Amino acid sequence: MDGSSMGAEAAVEVRGLVKRFKAVEAVNGIDLSVRTGETFGFLGPNGAGKSTTIKILCTLVDATEGSARVAGFDVATERDAVRRSIGLVFQEPTLDGYLSADQNLRFHGELYGVDRSTAVARRKEVLDMVGLYERKDDLVQTFSGGMRRRLEIARGLLHSPKVLFLDEPTIGLDPQTRASIWQYISELHRREEITVFVTTHYMEEAENCDRIAIIDQGKIVALDTPAALKAGIGKDRVQIATADDAAAIVALKDRFELEARMVEGLVTFSVADGAAFVPHLFEKLGIAIRSVAVNRPSLDDVFLNFTGTSLRDAEAKGRFNPMAAASRGR
Amino acid sequence: MTQATIARVVVPKPSLAHEVRATLVVWEREMIRFQRDPARVVSSVVQPLLFLFVLGGGLGALVQAGTGGVDFLSFLFPGVLAMSVLFTAAFAGISMVWDREFGFLREMLVAPISTTSILLGKCLGGASVATIQSVVVLVLAGLVGVPYDIPMMLELLALLFLMSFMITALGLVLASRVKQVQSAMPLVQMIITPLMFLSGALFPLSRLPGWLTVVTHLNPMTYAVEPVRAVVFARLTISPEARAILDPGIWWGSYQVPVWMQVGVVIVSAAILLFAAVKLFARTE
Repeated sequence: MDGSSMGAEAAVEVRGLVKRFKAVEAVNGIDLSVRTGETFGFLGPNGAGKSTTIKILCTLVDATEGSARVAGFDVATERDAVRRSIGLVFQEPTLDGYLSADQNLRFHGELYGVDRSTAVARRKEVLDMVGLYERKDDLVQTFSGGMRRRLEIARGLLHSPKVLFLDEPTIGLDPQTRASIWQYISELHRREEITVFVTTHYMEEAENCDRIAIIDQGKIVALDTPAALKAGIGKDRVQIATADDAAAIVALKDRFELEARMVEGLVTFSVADGAAFVPHLFEKLGIAIRSVAVNRPSLDDVFLNFTGTSLRDAEAKGRFNPMAAASRGR
Repeated sequence: MTQATIARVVVPKPSLAHEVRATLVVWEREMIRFQRDPARVVSSVVQPLLFLFVLGGGLGALVQAGTGGVDFLSFLFPGVLAMSVLFTAAFAGISMVWDREFGFLREMLVAPISTTSILLGKCLGGASVATIQSVVVLVLAGLVGVPYDIPMMLELLALLFLMSFMITALGLVLASRVKQVQSAMPLVQMIITPLMFLSGALFPLSRLPGWLTVVTHLNPMTYAVEPVRAVVFARLTISPEARAILDPGIWWGSYQVPVWMQVGVVIVSAAILLFAAVKLFARTE
C-alpha cells in the first residue's frame, strides 16, 4: 500500500525503520502497516524495541533511518499534525495528582485546543466510558493505579484522536483491572472511529488484538492475526507431572527427540497432534506419569517458536537487570 | 470495515489563539496548585520576616549611626520584599523537576503546542504566585515606617511581578538540567542565595569594596531590586545625604542608570532566560 495515497490509507505505515543509540540498534529495520479501525498489538519482551518504535511514531524520538506515517502524516516532517491526530497513554503515569480528574482532562483539552462548546460534554463522555464520572472532582492522588490508568485512557481519547497509542496500558496492574482495561479498549471501537496501537508483553492480552506483530531484538519476527499465528505453529503444548521430572526430560529427549523444559512446575513440551501422542508417551516413557494436559498452542508458544526463548525468560532477563533493560528499551 | 471518513476531529490547526489557551491553562494550573496549598504562603514568608524584624531589629541599633537618621527597617523593607518573591519564584521554575519526575512534563511537551507557550505559562504562574505572596510582606509597610500609598503599592507589585517572572525563568533553566528531585532544592539555595546577597537587597550599593561593586553590577537581580527601593524611597521623607548613602542608584562608571533602563535590563534578562529554557527543554525530550 502506498502510504501517501488517500482513501484506503493505513492508520500507521512504517518503512525500514531503524533507531540506533550509540552502538545499540534498538530498532533494526521495521516495516508494518496498521489498517484504519483495527486493534494492533505490538508484542515483545522488555528491550525488544517496542517503546522506541512507539516513541518514533508519536514524534518523541527521531528515527535514524526509514520513514513512518501516522494518520497520513509524516512523523518527521509533520510533527504537530501527527500530534493532533493521536492519543497517547504512556507506560509511566503522566497525571497531575494535585489536580482533580476533571481538571486533568480540562488541562489536556486546552493544550489540544478542544472546541470549548463541546468540551464539557466530551469530558463527561470519556469519564463515563471509563466509569470515573462520579469521581471527577476528586484529586487524582487519591486514585488507585487502575483508576489512574483508566483516567489516562480517557484523557488520551479526549481530543478524538484517529490513532490511540497505548504503551503497556496494563503494566503493574492486577489481573482483574487488566481485564477491565481491555474491556474498555474493545468497547472503544463501538463508540469511536479509531485505530488502536497497543504494546504489551502479556501474551494473554495480545489475544485481544485483531492482528499482532511479534518483535524481538528490534525486528518483527511475525505479523498476523492471533489465530493464524497459533495455527502456523501446528503443535500442541503438552504438560505432564511425573515421578521424576529430570529423568522424564532426559527420556523425552532420548526416546522421542523432544525438547522439554520445566514450566510452572510441570514438564512441558510441544508436539504435533498432542492428543494422539499421549498413548505413545505412556507406553514408552518408562517413568510414572501422574497427570497429563494437552493444550492448543498459545501466543506464548508462538513467541517461543519465533524467537527461541520464552517470553517469560526474556522478561526475567530484563527484570534482573532493570538498568540494562531501561537503556535498551529507551 | 474501515473507511476513510474521519471521526470528530476537534483539534484545530495551529493558531495564536490556541497557543494563548495553552499558556493560560498552564498558568491556571499553577494557581490551582497554589490555592490548594496555603501552607506554602506561610512557610515562604517566614524567612523574609525573620530578615526584616530579627536581622533588621538586631543590626538596626548598630547601623543607626550610618543611615543618616533613617530607620534601618525602612531601608531593609524593599530588599525583604524582593526576597519574599525570590524563593517562591525560583521554586515555581524548579518545580518542573517534579513535573518531570511525576510524568506531567511529558503530558505538556507532547501536546501539539510550542514549548514557548508552556514555559511562558509557567513563568506567568510563578510570577503571579510570588507576587500574591509578597502582599503579606507589603501589608506590614506601616510597621517599618513606610506609608500605605496606593500608587506606590501598585508600582511595587508590578516590579515584583517582573522580578518573579525573571527568577521563574531562571528556575526553569536550572530545572532543564536537574534530573533528580533531591538535588533541586540545594541547587536553588546555591544559586538564589548569592543572587540575593549580591543584589543590594540587604545593604546599600554605596561604599562597597571594588570586587563587590563589580559583582553586584553584573547581577540582574540588582536591576530588579533597585527600582523597588527607588519607589519606596520616593515616598519617604529623608535627607539627600541619607539617600545618597542608602539609595545611591546604579552607576556604570560615571553614568547613572535610569530606572526605566534598570527595568529594561530585567525585561531583557527575563527574555534571555526564557529563551534559554525553551531551547534546553526542547532538547531534553
